[in-house]
Amino acid sequence: MVLSAVPQPASQPGSRMSRQQQQRTPLKHSDNVVEVKSKFEAEYRRFALKRNGPGGFREFYRLLQTIHRIPGVDVLLGYADIHGDLLPINNDDNFHKAVSSANPLLRIIITKKEDEPIVFATNSLQRRKKGLGLTALRTTGSGSTHSRNKAGLMIGLPQNFRQISSIIDVDILPETHRRVRLHKHGTHKPLGFYIRDGVSVRVTPQGVEKVPGVFISRLVRGGLAESTGLLGVNDEILEVNGIDVAGKTLDQVTDMMVANSHNLIVTVKPANQRNNVVHRGSKTSMGNSGSVGSAGSTSSAPSHDSPSPASQSNPITASNSIAEGDSDDEDDDGDLILENDCLAPFDSQRVTNSNNTNLNRDSPSNRPHNFTVVRPLPQSLSLPNSIGTNLSDSSMMISNQNGNPTHTSSSSQESMREDGNIITL
Amino acid sequence: MKRFRRHGQESQRDKLKQELFQFNKTVEHGFPHQPSALSYSPTLQLLSIGTRSGAIKLYGAPGVEFMGLHDENAAVTQVHFLPHQVELVTLLDDNSLHMWTLKAHKGLSELLEIGRFTLTGPPGALPSVTRVTAVLAHSSGELLLLGTEGGHVFIVEVPGFRELEERNISLDQVASSVPEDYIGRRNLEHVEALQENPVNPNQIVIGYGRGLMVIWDLEKQCALQHIPATQQLESVWWTEDGGYILSSHSDGSYCRWMVGGEDENEEEEKSDIPYGHFPCKAISKIVQLPTEEGPPFLLFSGGMPRASYGDRHCITVIHSKTHIALDFTSRIIDFFVIRDGPQHTGDPSALVVLVEEELVVIDLQTEGWPVIQTPYLVPLHSSAITCSHHVSAIPLKLWERVTAAGDLQKTHYSKKPWPITGGQNLAPDPPQRDLLLTGHEDGTVRFWDASGVCLYPMYKLSTAGVFHTDADPNDNMNQGTEGEWPPFRKVGCFDPYSDDPRLGVQKIHLCKYSGYLTVAGTAGQILVLELNDEAAEQTVEAKVVDLLQGQEGFRWKGHTRLDVREEPVLFPPGFQPFALVQCQPPAVVTALTLHSEWKLVAFGTSHGFGLYDYQQKNNVLIKCTLNPSDQLAMEGPLSRVKSIKKSLRQSFRRIRRSRVSLRKHHVNNAAKLQEANARLEAELAEMELAPVQRKIEARSSDDSFTGLVRTLYFADTFLSDSSHNSPSLWAGTNGGCVFAYMLRLPPVENRADEPVTAQQAKEIQLMHRAPVVGIAVLDGHGAPLPEPLEVAHDLARSPDMHGSHHLLVISEEQFKVFTLPKVSAKMKLKLTATDGSRVRRVGVAWFGSSRSEDYGESGLVVLTNQGDLHVVSLPAVKMQVQYPCIRREDVSGIASCVFTKHGQGFYLISPSEFERFSLSARYLVEPRCLVEVPLRSGSSNQHRPQPDGASSALRNARQDSEDAEVLQEIQKSLEGDQSSFLENNVKSAVA
Repeated sequence: MVLSAVPQPASQPGSRMSRQQQQRTPLKHSDNVVEVKSKFEAEYRRFALKRNGPGGFREFYRLLQTIHRIPGVDVLLGYADIHGDLLPINNDDNFHKAVSSANPLLRIIITKKEDEPIVFATNSLQRRKKGLGLTALRTTGSGSTHSRNKAGLMIGLPQNFRQISSIIDVDILPETHRRVRLHKHGTHKPLGFYIRDGVSVRVTPQGVEKVPGVFISRLVRGGLAESTGLLGVNDEILEVNGIDVAGKTLDQVTDMMVANSHNLIVTVKPANQRNNVVHRGSKTSMGNSGSVGSAGSTSSAPSHDSPSPASQSNPITASNSIAEGDSDDEDDDGDLILENDCLAPFDSQRVTNSNNTNLNRDSPSNRPHNFTVVRPLPQSLSLPNSIGTNLSDSSMMISNQNGNPTHTSSSSQESMREDGNIITL
Repeated sequence: MKRFRRHGQESQRDKLKQELFQFNKTVEHGFPHQPSALSYSPTLQLLSIGTRSGAIKLYGAPGVEFMGLHDENAAVTQVHFLPHQVELVTLLDDNSLHMWTLKAHKGLSELLEIGRFTLTGPPGALPSVTRVTAVLAHSSGELLLLGTEGGHVFIVEVPGFRELEERNISLDQVASSVPEDYIGRRNLEHVEALQENPVNPNQIVIGYGRGLMVIWDLEKQCALQHIPATQQLESVWWTEDGGYILSSHSDGSYCRWMVGGEDENEEEEKSDIPYGHFPCKAISKIVQLPTEEGPPFLLFSGGMPRASYGDRHCITVIHSKTHIALDFTSRIIDFFVIRDGPQHTGDPSALVVLVEEELVVIDLQTEGWPVIQTPYLVPLHSSAITCSHHVSAIPLKLWERVTAAGDLQKTHYSKKPWPITGGQNLAPDPPQRDLLLTGHEDGTVRFWDASGVCLYPMYKLSTAGVFHTDADPNDNMNQGTEGEWPPFRKVGCFDPYSDDPRLGVQKIHLCKYSGYLTVAGTAGQILVLELNDEAAEQTVEAKVVDLLQGQEGFRWKGHTRLDVREEPVLFPPGFQPFALVQCQPPAVVTALTLHSEWKLVAFGTSHGFGLYDYQQKNNVLIKCTLNPSDQLAMEGPLSRVKSIKKSLRQSFRRIRRSRVSLRKHHVNNAAKLQEANARLEAELAEMELAPVQRKIEARSSDDSFTGLVRTLYFADTFLSDSSHNSPSLWAGTNGGCVFAYMLRLPPVENRADEPVTAQQAKEIQLMHRAPVVGIAVLDGHGAPLPEPLEVAHDLARSPDMHGSHHLLVISEEQFKVFTLPKVSAKMKLKLTATDGSRVRRVGVAWFGSSRSEDYGESGLVVLTNQGDLHVVSLPAVKMQVQYPCIRREDVSGIASCVFTKHGQGFYLISPSEFERFSLSARYLVEPRCLVEVPLRSGSSNQHRPQPDGASSALRNARQDSEDAEVLQEIQKSLEGDQSSFLENNVKSAVA
């Protein structure tokens, strides 16, 4: 059970048990103490940490060095998050995130810097199978079998890796079309493109026909669209999040795109047809994903028979993937809800409220715009503690999310959705 | 099997939808935009107006109205009723003629186009040969005489439009019977006028543009007489005894010519330039009508001295020693006179004038010739409409008080009944009394009776009196001073020039139970008014509210606050202001709501919102919603807009001053205009080739105007815990943020002393950040909470306070239901993400089933920026029906839309017209009327007796009044209890 914390690619059954622990009722949550269990080489230490106590990453680092009696040894810290992923602790923000997400146990793994670099990865600790309905079925059905066979994807360090886009549904689209997903969250970059009306030429049984179409007219330098390299000027836009744009006005298409901007999937017919993704037969129906990193590093696109973790949670058909992208409930819970508990006359109410708030507050913080929350309320309301901590938590989580190496973004979406289920159900 | 059952349920639901929802555009209220032609049928007593957009509208007795639209998108230049028939002919500026008729169908009349016709000339002829310039509907009812630009008169048999070539009056025929010296010099070109001899239908006079008039005998096909006027002819009138012809001319003169003298070349008997020796403008139409005893009435339009009064739009009426130049507010389209008597041949009783922006009817039988108030065709836009507010089911008490206040404002109108009484109004009495309130740019609020087909003006409230304005109270331009020449008298109410744009009314909220009204305007002013049956002199105390709350680094560059009059002001009976809040910065008020039970008013601008206790005249809450990075909101974009507006206004005034008569040769002008338009269109098309780009960007908190408050809502609900409900205030912003405040109201007995407090309870930031356009709370049954005092008046079921309440947040992009008191998302319906349309207008409405009396559902009525109407079910937020309603390009139409509580709505189709529509299958207000075909006595003689029409009109009127009495009694007995309850309630609240 303890061993499961070791960063081995293959998952251990023990981690399920630990997950069950995590799923205990959040009664202990309100305790101000975090149980910490840290491992360095073969040694374990257990100690407690004040949840709201002062101190940041530096102090914690020194504390661990003291506890493990390895002063002066340069080490890397990692912790197992609630999804079973091994995540790094290297600054105040992700340290606070680690502490706040400990539920109730915080498992720390310490490795020497001289050692082989630690692999922060998804599925390094087995992902929990949670959630309801199709999602769970799909994950267990297709995803986990693959993950057993295959090691987790090697992922670079946070500062030089972030998924911002992907080509999806390659297997079901005509080769001349391209379906691109832009991940707006977790980046400060603007989406950065403009669209215009134009004339598209279609071949019909009656011959060549000119029909009105919508085209990309301009890419903003340094914007998300440009940096992906997947969208180009004069590409014709065919669909937005699975909805055909034929017959819609430029303004309607604009509004649809803006409304879907947090998870925009555009199907285009590229003006330049030479760089199309070559569709390699239908040997497997799984090879539907190619991803492109931000730094222009053509991140060794996995071959079609070794699907990336991202594709595991992706459904196979276009309609599904779009549906998933579209029926995203993440924005439901994305609504920030501040409840002012100081008004609540009953204490019991207050407790549950604050807990709920806590949960509610978890997922939206993926978004970079939290200024509205952080902005002090001009009426100097006495915010309850839980909200206060949440405020700081959320800001930390942003950076954490940005630098989160272990999630390809589709899986992080899924996890958010799962979080969402906790809240809504 | 499960699937099968579900299918069954769905089809059942579809059936139910058909019983609940049904889309109809029912009636157009207001004054037709750009009218271009007028006609009147004395026998039918119907008035007809044609417009530049090709519409034709018929009006009779109040409630009797018909509308038709020509398929061609061409202006109607002339309308003529066929005498003693139910047919009428229209001439469009594409030279086509159209025949319309009123057909009875299932006991109701319908206006139908039954034929169209275009003159075809001989091959190779110039188009001017067949270009129709004058139309005469012959009194036989069988002939139509068409004078053309080429000088020919074509004769056509109607209603079938059969050309009677052998009877045409060709140029050659005329030329041969006119002395040589008039021929040549293009004297016989351009038939300007055609008139029939009132005593001999075989004789007509043909007036040519250069002035020559020829009297022609249709039977003998020869000229009887020619009248050699030398001035450009404008119009011709044949006096009723057939003895004289009056001609009016472009130099402002008119002449009288004797008909049938022995002398072939009759000298003009009398010539006069009424407005004298300096050059005058043309007299475009002249009419002379006899009276039983005494001198005749002479009426003519135009003829003003060009230099000094060339910009006036006047009709001169001369009777005996009385001579008045009626000075209208806009260009005169046409006029006619209604005559007394069963055969409409008696004394002139009323002058009906159609000017470009209104219809004015003048009582010619009452001393001083007062104006008769029109029951329809009222210019909604006498000052531009800036907002509107609809209140359904007004209690009788309030209705009577508003009516009484309005009646006091109408004392200057004639007491005579409306003189146009054709047709029978068969529409059932409206099920309830509805008020439509329109706010105007000049700071007035007009109250309209919107219960039925006629949008009738009830009462006008002016808010300008509270403030010092630029308007000079002594600036009464035309109070007729003694001895002024011409003797002007201003008539009409169209006045688009606002003295101070800051007075503009932006938001209105009326509580129909308590009679409290709140009105908010462009300069951040919020007035609270109450209905008082007596005039009162009082000072209105102003309370300045700083919405910035110490936000620094901003500078308001917009307009300044309005100056409040500090001395007591005399307010006439009606709604009288007693409290005033002025926002600082004085930005336009963007949201407003009133809770008369709690005596609170909430208001919002682009900077924040506030809550005002109008009992204690005290501010309860101020919240700044401004985003510190939003510079635009601070500087007040209005500063720019205002200057544009100012310059526009000035240039309009200039145009108005320098306006010259455009009527002459309007055919040529129209052609030129069309050419210019075509050029412009081509240019526009070219411009459109340059691509319009749209930026795709996620909304961020830095966007402009995120703090603008879009909606405010009061609710008594569960804000903090699920067992104690409390008053609350909700506010939604442009940035997708919802604020909720818990209000603590002192008990009623201490309401006047103890303070009201507000504490922030919740803040919701929608992730998609779309503007929040509506907030509602649904009770335990999923029904929207009733309006304040509605339950107290026993007019609504009290909300279910046991089940859990839900919060409905409507953004421009989504409908979202949250649980209460703990706010968590429960259901949603995405609109923009799926079809690209955005919510522009939303209202809660109740839909009754058309099949069963007791079944109904609440729903959201939504108008999108695409102009589509949707109904969304409550509380499940499921799309029910969708209908296209307004063109998506018609932005102002979409913005002006207002919904009623029973699934109807209004939107502006032009600055002066509301279109009324209905989404409900049960409630429908539409004209239902019958016009009977006049009896024909066979002979082609004119002035047949019309006993049936007159008596039916009488009968109708009698029936109407009886109905009204019965209805009033029933209503009184029904509402007696309620109104007394209201009084008690008000008393106890005041105590």
